[in-house]
Amino acid sequence: MALDSEKRVFKVVGTRPQRPDGIDKVTGRALYGADLSAPGMLVGRLLRSPHAHARIRSIDSSAALALSGVKAIVTSDDFNSASNSFNQDVLDNCMARGTALYHGHTVAAVAASSKTVALQALKLIKVDYEILPHVTDIADAMVADAPVVQDGRGAQDAPAGTSANVTDVVAFGHGDLEAGFAKADKIVERTFRTAATHQGYIEPHACLATMGPDGKADLWCCTQGQYAVRAFCADMLGMEVSQLRVTASEIGGGFGGKTTVFIEPIALALSRKSGRPVKIVMDRDEVFKGSGPTVSSLTDVKIGMTKDGRITAAHAMLRYSGGAFPCGTIEFGAMSAFAAYDLEAVQTEGINVMTNRPREAAYRAPGAPMAIYAVESVVDELCQELGLDPLDVRLKNAAHAGTKSSYGPTFNEIGLVATLEAAKAHPHYSAPLGVNQGRGLSCGFWFNFGGNTCVSLNLNADGTVGITEGNPDIGGSRAAISQMAAEELGIGYDKIRTVIADTNSLGYNDVTDGSRVTFAVGLATIQAARDAIQKMCSRVAKLWDIDEDAVVWEDGYAKPAGANAGEFEPMSIAEIAAIANNTGGPIAGHYEVNADGAGVSFGVHLVDLEVDPETGFTTVLRYTVFQDAGKAVHPSYVEGQMQGGSVQGIGWALNEEYIYGEDGLLQNPGFLDYRVPVASDLPPIEAVILEIPNPGHPYGVRGVGETSIVPPLAALTNAVSRAIGKRMYELPMSPPKILKAIKG
Amino acid sequence: MNKIHVTTTLNGDPAEFLCEPQETLLDILRDTLGLTGAKEGCGSGDCGACSVMLDGRLVCSCLVLAAEAQGRTIETIEGMADGEKLHPLQQKFLDHAALQCGICTPGILVAAKSLLERNPDPTETEVRYWLAGNLCRCTGYDKIINAVMDAAAQMRGA
Repeated sequence: MALDSEKRVFKVVGTRPQRPDGIDKVTGRALYGADLSAPGMLVGRLLRSPHAHARIRSIDSSAALALSGVKAIVTSDDFNSASNSFNQDVLDNCMARGTALYHGHTVAAVAASSKTVALQALKLIKVDYEILPHVTDIADAMVADAPVVQDGRGAQDAPAGTSANVTDVVAFGHGDLEAGFAKADKIVERTFRTAATHQGYIEPHACLATMGPDGKADLWCCTQGQYAVRAFCADMLGMEVSQLRVTASEIGGGFGGKTTVFIEPIALALSRKSGRPVKIVMDRDEVFKGSGPTVSSLTDVKIGMTKDGRITAAHAMLRYSGGAFPCGTIEFGAMSAFAAYDLEAVQTEGINVMTNRPREAAYRAPGAPMAIYAVESVVDELCQELGLDPLDVRLKNAAHAGTKSSYGPTFNEIGLVATLEAAKAHPHYSAPLGVNQGRGLSCGFWFNFGGNTCVSLNLNADGTVGITEGNPDIGGSRAAISQMAAEELGIGYDKIRTVIADTNSLGYNDVTDGSRVTFAVGLATIQAARDAIQKMCSRVAKLWDIDEDAVVWEDGYAKPAGANAGEFEPMSIAEIAAIANNTGGPIAGHYEVNADGAGVSFGVHLVDLEVDPETGFTTVLRYTVFQDAGKAVHPSYVEGQMQGGSVQGIGWALNEEYIYGEDGLLQNPGFLDYRVPVASDLPPIEAVILEIPNPGHPYGVRGVGETSIVPPLAALTNAVSRAIGKRMYELPMSPPKILKAIKG
Repeated sequence: MNKIHVTTTLNGDPAEFLCEPQETLLDILRDTLGLTGAKEGCGSGDCGACSVMLDGRLVCSCLVLAAEAQGRTIETIEGMADGEKLHPLQQKFLDHAALQCGICTPGILVAAKSLLERNPDPTETEVRYWLAGNLCRCTGYDKIINAVMDAAAQMRGA
C-alpha cells in the first residue's frame, strides 16, 4: 500500500498523547500472564533435566501420582505428533521426547492442588537417565568427532570435515570477490565470538489453561501472538483450531522470546487430563534454563579497502548456534551482515551448529546484531589502520536508494545516509574525549516485516469508535493505532478505544514481531477507517439524495464535495452514527491484508566510554542514537524503542552471557549472575529521530522496534578498542577480558 | 499443615490472612489477597518488581515471609493513588511515556515514592542509584529517570 501522494499535515500523528492502557499500568490493575486465576485451579510445575544430554530410559510417576493433591502428570506421551517438523521441534523443546537435549529441558509436568504439593510431586517422579556425551561450545560442536546433539539432522551440504551438528547452510552475495580484494590497499580479516544472551523480559512465562470434557479449551497467556499459540497448541494436542480460544494477557516484555510456546501446550495437556483449570508460571531460573536465549556466534570477516576508504570486497563466514535444534536465524545474520554498504563484491556464508543448549528464540532483530558487530568492528579497524574518519568512510560506502543490497533486493528510499549525516553534524561527534576514553560508532539495520493483519473498526451509536486488533501491545502500540485512526477519521484520540482481540473475535494476525505492528496494524487501521468513511459518505449521500461521489470526508464531517453537489449542512460522525440504524444498519470498517512494503530500517549509534586501566571496568559516558522511523506516530514510544534496544545492546556488549561449565550445566540462571544493565550503569540515552518516509505505508511509517539493538555491540567494541589501544574480538567485554587485552 | 493467622494494615485498611510458614508476603498479596500489582520477576530479590513498603521501609516482598507481616503496615501499588487522583509519580510516568510493557512499573513507582519521601530533591545520580534494584528491560531507564525528576520537582513546588 503506497505512501499517500498528497503530502499531509498531521494533526494527531506525531503528537504524544497518554497511552490508553496507561492508568491500568501505573495503578497495578493491568492483568499480566500470572495475574489471572480460576475457580478450582491447579498449580502446574515442570520437571527439568539435571543433565546436559541424556537418554530417558523410563519415567515412573506412580509415587508422585499417589501423593494426595496430585491430579495429573504428563510426559511426551501425552502429546500428538506435530503436523510438520518445525512444530515437532517446538513440541520436543517444550517436552523432551526420548532424550533430554540440554540442562533444564522439560521431561515431565505435574498438576496439583497447591504449589507445595506440586513441588513434592516433582521429587517423587523417577526418571532413569542414560547420560550421553554433550557439547555446549559452538567451535567444539563443529569438529568432525563432536558428540552429535540430534542424529539425522545434519545438513547434506555442510562444509567438508564438519560434524553432523551442522544444519541450515546459507549463502548470499554478488560480484567478483577475488578481483575486489585485488583492488584493496588494505585487507583486514578477523574472527569474532559473541555469547548467547537472554531477552531478559521481567515477566516470566505464565499461562492459565482450561479444557472441558467436550474438548473446548480456553487459554490465557503472555504471548506476542495469540494466533500462533493457538496454532502450535492445537497441533500438539490434536485439536481443531476452533476448539481453542487464546486470549493474550498484558505482556511483560518479550523482545521476540514470546513468539513461540514453552508451557502453554503443557498446561492444556494437564487440564485435559485433570479436568481442572491449570496455571503454570515459570521461575526466573526456568526462564533462563528453559526459554529461548539468542544464538551464540563465531564469525570470520574479511574486508578490503582502498586508501581513501572505499570498500572493494567483503566476505563473512558466520557460524551460529541456536541450541539443540536446527535454527534458521543464521539466514537473517547472513542477509544483514553487509546490508549497510553499497558493495560491488560481497559474499556471506552461514551455518547453524547444534549444541546442548536451550532452543534459540527470536531476540530483537534476530541474527543481525552478531553479524553486523563483526563487520562494523573490521570497518573500524580499517579506518584506524588507514587513518580515516569512521563516519566519512561509512558515508562513502553507504547503501542508498538504488543499491543492490548484499542479500539481493534493490533498496528504495532508505534513511542510512541521512542518519550518518545527522550523526556527523551532532555535537556528540566532535565533543572532546579525556584520558582512557574512547568513542565508537556503528551502523545498524533490520529488514522489518509486514505480514498477515486484520483490523475491525466499529462506529458506536454516540459517534465514538472501537477498534479491534489482534496484536499484543508490547510497548505502546494501542496508542499509535488509536492515533492513526483518529488522524484518518478526523476525530479526537480520546473518542477511540483500541482493544486486542482473542483468537475467536477477529481473523488471523501474525505475531507481534519484525517491528510490524505500528506499520502493518497501522496500515490496516487506516484502511479500515477509509472503509468506514466510505460507508458513512454513502449513507449521507442517500440522505441528501445525491451521488456518493458528491460527498467528501473532512475533519470528521461528511460534506458536499463542492457547490455543484448542493447545499447541505455538514454531518458529524456522531450525527451519522445516531441515524445509522435508520439508514442501513450498523457501520463498521474492516481490512484484511498480508502487508508488504514494510521498509527497511537503518540506525547509527555513537558512544563515549571510559575504561579503568586498573580493573578493566567500562563506564558508558554518553550515548546517542540516530534512527529512521519513516514517520514517528508517537515519538515518545519511538524514542523508547531506540533507548531500550540500545541498553539491551550495551548489556550484550559488556556483561551478559550464558555461562556453561565443563559439565554442560548452565551456571548463571538468575538476575544476580546474569546481570542486565541497571539504572546506575547508564547515562541518559539521547534519541534522534529521522523521518524518511517509507513508500510502502500511507503515512510513511517504518517499524522501529529492532534496529536499535544492533549497533551497540560494535559501537562499544570500537570505543573500548580505541580507549585501550587494543582491538577487542569477543563479547561480552567483561572487565577480566578487557584487562587481559590491556596487559596482553 | 497448620496455617499462621496474620493481622496487618494493608493500604490503610485492616487485613488478615492465613499463611503457610514458607509462603512469602508476595505469595499472599497476589494469591490470597488478590493484589496482583506487585509482580514476581525473579523470586530472589534481584529485580524489584515485587517492591512494597513494610512499616515505611522499601522491601522486596518476595524476600519477606508473610508471617513476618504480623502487626505491621503494608503499602502496595494499589494504595498509591488517592481514589481517582493519581500520585504525581504515576501521572509523570504517563506524561513521560516512562513505561513500555509496564511489568516493572508498579515496583519502580513504589521505590521512587520511597526515595522522594526520604529525599525530595534528589540528583539524577541519586535517582539512578536508588532505582538500581529495579530492573526494567524495555526503556533503558531514560524516561523513568526523567519522570521521577519531574515528579520530584512538581512535589517540591506543591
